[in-house]
Amino acid sequence: MKSSNESVRVIRKKRHLGKSLLIGAVMGWFLILILLPLYGIIKEAFQNGFQLLISSLTTPESRHSFLLTLWITAVTIITNTFFGVVLAVVLVKQRFRGKLLFEGLVDLPFAVSPVVAGFMFIILFGPRGWIGSWFEASGIKIVYAFPGMLIATLFVTLPFVAREVIPVLREFGLQQEEAAFVLGASKWQTFWRVTLPSIKWGLAYGVTLTIARSIGEFGAVLVISGSIIRKTQTATLHIHQEFTDFNYVGAFSAAIILALASFFILTLMQRIYKRKEI
Amino acid sequence: MGIFVQNISKKFGGFVAVDDVSFEVKKGELVALLGPSGSGKSTILRIIAGLEEPDSGEIYLTGKDVTSESAQKRKVGFVFQHYALFKHMNVEKNVSFGLEIQKQRKEKIRDRVAELINLVKLQGYEKHYPDQLSGGQRQRVALARALATEPQVLLLDEPFGALDAKVRDNLAQWLREFHNKLHITSVFVTHDQNEAIEIADKIVVINRGRIEQFGNAREVYEHPKSKFVASFIGQVNVIDAVAKEDQIFIKDTEYQIETREKEPLANGDIVLLVRPEETELLTCREPYSLPSVIKTIYYRGSHFEIDCLIKDTSIRVVENKNKFIQHKWKEEQEAFLSFKSYRIFEAEEGHEKVREKLKDLGYIE
Repeated sequence: MKSSNESVRVIRKKRHLGKSLLIGAVMGWFLILILLPLYGIIKEAFQNGFQLLISSLTTPESRHSFLLTLWITAVTIITNTFFGVVLAVVLVKQRFRGKLLFEGLVDLPFAVSPVVAGFMFIILFGPRGWIGSWFEASGIKIVYAFPGMLIATLFVTLPFVAREVIPVLREFGLQQEEAAFVLGASKWQTFWRVTLPSIKWGLAYGVTLTIARSIGEFGAVLVISGSIIRKTQTATLHIHQEFTDFNYVGAFSAAIILALASFFILTLMQRIYKRKEI
Repeated sequence: MGIFVQNISKKFGGFVAVDDVSFEVKKGELVALLGPSGSGKSTILRIIAGLEEPDSGEIYLTGKDVTSESAQKRKVGFVFQHYALFKHMNVEKNVSFGLEIQKQRKEKIRDRVAELINLVKLQGYEKHYPDQLSGGQRQRVALARALATEPQVLLLDEPFGALDAKVRDNLAQWLREFHNKLHITSVFVTHDQNEAIEIADKIVVINRGRIEQFGNAREVYEHPKSKFVASFIGQVNVIDAVAKEDQIFIKDTEYQIETREKEPLANGDIVLLVRPEETELLTCREPYSLPSVIKTIYYRGSHFEIDCLIKDTSIRVVENKNKFIQHKWKEEQEAFLSFKSYRIFEAEEGHEKVREKLKDLGYIE
């Protein structure tokens, strides 16, 4: 009896050791990849005092870039929330030829490198592109201007809402909607009162991911915007500019703002995710 | 006039779900659509509600042709198989949904909801969400929600299908009493013949999208019009037999069965359908009794069921407790079987075919 008890204890000890090692490794990895860089940014930004941080954030270039990011994000949220829901509804509820292929294409922006996406849009919307030349003739600039940057951001964030809403909508099924119809609710009333409330947490999660991505997007926007200071420079492009100009304080101060935004979005996502699970 | 279904047909792709179905539900009646799964009974119900469009035929509700009207306009109460309660709304909100869509006055909605929650005995659960309720409670919420707008017609799709046996019996009984009180024209779909017999005024037996028989429970049980109905409603023994000059013999034996048919019988193969309770097990030979061997005895609580073998044909017999004790039946014992009544069907479909079909449907082992 005694010996068997002891052997159990030895096994437990071994297991315990394995467990600690595993947790330790994960923590170490986390430290190197996330906490240290975060610390680095904060340290660099505050190195020369709070005053300098504020003043570098309030330069016209910096302010313009943040405003631009805000604008692009706002329009992206509205557009892609709407289209994401429509896309999900069409893919879940409608039957048509080539639906599977279409559904696969929704994920394309995940697979294509943002830089490549940027070039795709330059080819399409550039002054000599097939669509761009037409707009050019009517005096509307798309590439190296706000519309182009918006299109690029819309492209890279397209899958988020649809991808989050599709599984929720599938699980939701048809019966509750049919129940609403029979009770006299029109399709529109049913959508607002029954369908939307049932998919709202999935939708919220998708929107949050969309926000995070459109604030952080770099490659596609860089290619299509040309990164013109005080014209087509978003926050991320601004950070890159400051960095290449050896203005580290400016780069890190702006980076801190984005890091804060990320932190806020992360908390939001965690909360929504918990609600979604229920 | 309640519900009139006229020559309804519906195909899904190549599959004929409903094939030229017509029947009438009189005002205030409770009618069961009874059939095995895949027989098209739910589709018929959905067509009446307007959730499915028929390929041809008409639907009349309270005397009005509603075939081209949407589900929204038909104003029927519908209870879904899995309740389909609005998960993000509490009991009160679920029940008031239809009234709010109708834009009724607030006080009126409040009173009506309270009245319905009383009716389905869910007082104290007003603020509960569907996932906090038991199956039976959810079913009652679904019923209250369907009744809130005072529909002329109530349709229920497998209303007790997802509940366990005890709750189902209680709720079925309750629905019957409930119907006796409200007298709302109702149709419910079920695959459970006991449920149909217990609570329906009339039963529509459906098989492969067609009506096999329409009548009250007693007609359907005692005078089935087809082999399918006889075997689907209640337990039944399927016995191959031969008719020879107005005499009936068990196939491949000399055992004769008393002939009760008034009409002359055509010579040839026939099929006898005998319900277990239409048989009698005797200890000694009597005219027209059939020598058999008791194979298996099943204890069923309130009674016994006995499987007897006549040559190769197994026959299920129901024996009440007193008789069983009196006869002291044992397995492998010899006994004499007599049929108090039976039904004859032509054998053109073949015994084996009927048997296979019943096996597929899960009515015999």
